[in-house]
Amino acid sequence: MYEASIREPLILGDKTAHDITEDICRPIEGKANKYWWWCFSVSVAALIWWVLCVSITVGQGIGVWGLNNVVDWGWDITNFVWWVGIGHAGTLISAVLLLFRQKWRLSINRAAEAMTIFAVICAASFLLTHTGRPWLDYTLFPLPNQFGSLWVNFNSPLIWDTFAVSTYFSVSLVFWYTGLIPDFAVVRDRAKTKGMKFWYGLLSFGWVGSAKNWQRFEEVSLVLAGMSTPLVLSVHTIVSMDFATSIVPGWHTTIFPPYFVAGAIFSGFAMVQTLLIITRKVLSLENYITTYHIDMMNRIIMITGSIVGIAYITEFFMSWYSGVEYESYCFVNRATGYYWWAYWSMMTCNVISPQLFWFKKLRTNFTFTFILSIVVNIGMWFERFVIIVTSLHRAYLPSEWSTYHPTWVEVGIFIGSIGLFFTCFLLFARFFPVIAMSELKTIVKSSSSQAKREFKEEAHH
Amino acid sequence: MSKQIFAIFNDEDVLMKSIKPLRGTGVNIKNVFSPFPIHGLDTELGLARTRISICAFLYGLTGLSLAVLMTWYMMISDWPMDIGGKPNFSYYKNIPAFVPVLFESTVLCAAHGMVITFYLRSKLLPGVTAFVPDVRMTDDRFVMQVELEDAATEEQITAVLIQHGAEEVKEYGK
Repeated sequence: MYEASIREPLILGDKTAHDITEDICRPIEGKANKYWWWCFSVSVAALIWWVLCVSITVGQGIGVWGLNNVVDWGWDITNFVWWVGIGHAGTLISAVLLLFRQKWRLSINRAAEAMTIFAVICAASFLLTHTGRPWLDYTLFPLPNQFGSLWVNFNSPLIWDTFAVSTYFSVSLVFWYTGLIPDFAVVRDRAKTKGMKFWYGLLSFGWVGSAKNWQRFEEVSLVLAGMSTPLVLSVHTIVSMDFATSIVPGWHTTIFPPYFVAGAIFSGFAMVQTLLIITRKVLSLENYITTYHIDMMNRIIMITGSIVGIAYITEFFMSWYSGVEYESYCFVNRATGYYWWAYWSMMTCNVISPQLFWFKKLRTNFTFTFILSIVVNIGMWFERFVIIVTSLHRAYLPSEWSTYHPTWVEVGIFIGSIGLFFTCFLLFARFFPVIAMSELKTIVKSSSSQAKREFKEEAHH
Repeated sequence: MSKQIFAIFNDEDVLMKSIKPLRGTGVNIKNVFSPFPIHGLDTELGLARTRISICAFLYGLTGLSLAVLMTWYMMISDWPMDIGGKPNFSYYKNIPAFVPVLFESTVLCAAHGMVITFYLRSKLLPGVTAFVPDVRMTDDRFVMQVELEDAATEEQITAVLIQHGAEEVKEYGK
């Protein structure tokens, strides 16, 4: 398989297929190092706090939050949208980049998909608790019930959301797991201990990698990717419709779907950067997750960040151009009102900072990328906060104007959800193959450093 | 069952090139196991095209139909409501609001139906014991399963396999 040597190698360090197996299985087979234990302890501590704060919320009701009659969505929905958005990058990498045949996805897709699953779990926890009485959450689904036959309202975007998020979560989960099966088989066949043989034997579903298995596997991956692509776009479109179909000033805009989807990809890629820059160091994967991968993802962050920036400006312009006084007040209030600091944090983090990625030096710098990925996620959190809270706290009737501040319980659930996310991710990094070995091995002959050298030598003769 | 032997290759291109000449000399290749998908191996072995995407299409169609039935029954037939002066009395006029649910249901059924079909057809389930002629077949070796019609020809076929690039030829689990 010839590939132009001008394209940068995707696997460095002259790795063979066997080296890939060794490098990816090492963290699973060995003992966890102290960095892992340190991160894990902090995450579990945050997770315990999450359990505590969720218990208080469920036990006493959402009166323990800072919400009131006017601002009835606050940190809960902000966090929900933030987490769902983060999840989108995983599907984008594994599905959209598969359809576009981008080989650089191969060393990052597994971890990014895991991130999707865990982020959607965090998001769902906010959906399920914000109802106040989570034991009645089954009423979100169209189930036969004892109230005559009172069904859910299929005209409501909130019900579309129930369908979208549950489909998205379950389809992402099987997509991820199906991809994991051949890699579990690798661990199974190398296992030395009885326990490992048993567990990875169970997880690998008896995979053998016969020609027919692979033929079906590839077809399934392709079709799932083809379906996940519109699915992921539909999920954030529907999330944006939770706002856009209302008549609240600042929410009632038609650009919400593309603008939310771009924002989701933007924040998701930032989270992938945060996670992978740590993972490659802790698990010594420097030869697989290279400067090139970081560069490519930074370009996507830059593009989607610019789309988001244009959306902000368009919104602002349209609020004035529409001539609707409520709309124009809403936007002026966002920039200069009570929550001005949230608006300007959002503008700085999301519009100005990604523009720094025009410089190749910064785009290929790991420390800078790491810091900026966190800045982007702070900015995207503020974006949702600004949209939700500033629109609600100054609605149509001045007599009901109000302000909103989170209580420690809400802050605790948010920080705790980050703990939940990292606990899941660290367990994944400890027990599951973090790079899709069986997929990465397909490009050893075309995109590894030794292959590139051979192509170059052949060209000289 | 006739005797099975397994030829181990260390390069997928060598294995691919050997299939035609081996078959020409009358070697009965039953299967090939590899650590990663080899492009074009299925056609080289003469495997039929998989019909799993046709299944996915049919499952998707089923999901769509069920969702149409569900939204029609719940919103139009069983309990029509007049929300904001927009009554739910005809499916045709209300369908735009149901499109997201119809789409999600289609994807839900197509994706899960296809994956379940894949697992069942390929006998992939928790607890299934894997058929592993050589443990390196999930690492970096390619294993060709050959069936011997006549046990007496074993030596001769082994020699042919080695001649076509096999690293070694062995029996199951040995």
